[in-house]
Amino acid sequence: MIVRILGEGQLEVPESAADELNQLDAALESAVERSDEAAFQPALQALLARVREVGTPAKPDELKPSELIVPQADATMDEVRKLLADDGLIPG
Amino acid sequence: MGVMKRVTMVFRAKANKALDRMEDPRETLDYSYQTQLELLQKVRRGVADVATSRKRVELQINQLQQSEGKLDRQARDSLGAGREDLAREALTRKAGIQSQLEDLQTQYASLQGEEEKLTAASQRLQAKVDAFRTRKETIKATYTAAEAQTRINEAFTGISEEMGDVGLAIQRAEDKTAQMRARAGAIDELMASGALEDMVSGPHDDIQAELDRMGAGQGVDRELERMKAEIAQGSAPRQIEGAQGASDAEPASTASAVEQGQAGDGE
Repeated sequence: MIVRILGEGQLEVPESAADELNQLDAALESAVERSDEAAFQPALQALLARVREVGTPAKPDELKPSELIVPQADATMDEVRKLLADDGLIPG
Repeated sequence: MGVMKRVTMVFRAKANKALDRMEDPRETLDYSYQTQLELLQKVRRGVADVATSRKRVELQINQLQQSEGKLDRQARDSLGAGREDLAREALTRKAGIQSQLEDLQTQYASLQGEEEKLTAASQRLQAKVDAFRTRKETIKATYTAAEAQTRINEAFTGISEEMGDVGLAIQRAEDKTAQMRARAGAIDELMASGALEDMVSGPHDDIQAELDRMGAGQGVDRELERMKAEIAQGSAPRQIEGAQGASDAEPASTASAVEQGQAGDGE
């Protein structure tokens, strides 16, 4: 499956990694919901690290939409909230 | 549902909304391609803007480093001439400049990072736009309007996601560049007003003026200081004999010899 890291591009990630990534993602989501700044950064970095570890860069001329999109590495909790909101951050 | 899935859905919703607005799917292709070219221009302008800011900060860093070096020399010269008060003043000013420098160097690194990210984003977008153009021509030539629809949808959603991502990267870079401009402007103003300039150069440079005055009027005093230092060193370990020997033959470097003599004394 294709996973995008915002600001970095798309990665090809094996389906077998999906469960593990979803667990890491659940920790991130719970940190955002609890407004837990202390847990937020480590959770985001752990998710990003694992995606980079299991992923390989997708072909640059591929036009497929991503199945999952991970916020950028230096995202703040506030930015992630806005990303989750309809018509929040994404321009255009 | 997870952050990743939710972010993906927001991107998809954006693309779908744009698709819904298009009546003729083939028209969608041309219109979208135009938008892509515009975004490509925008991201390239973004790279140029960040580079301009980075160069400005670089220039300021160079200026402040020169000031720092000059104040350091003045502090040494002052100490060499036995004027600890002047040396202290020079070092205080140097510390002020150093904190400005540290701040600017952090900003510089951040701008450099933004520039690299945007350059990479522009290359990724370029690859997708090229792919889209090829796909667009194939779809227009090969398929009927009805058949084209599904093929267009995927390509459009894919490129739309890339465009959204690049658009976000441009926004982040613009924010950082705007902050940087404000800071760089403040430092330029400081320099123009003389507040920074005063410290280190030109006719307002009081430390240098004092050093020059002493250099012209107190040659005898300094000679005496040097001799005292030499005598005092007779009882201390003579580690810098060579340097002192050279300075004896060369009166112009008396000041630095005194400075070395005193530095030796202090240890």
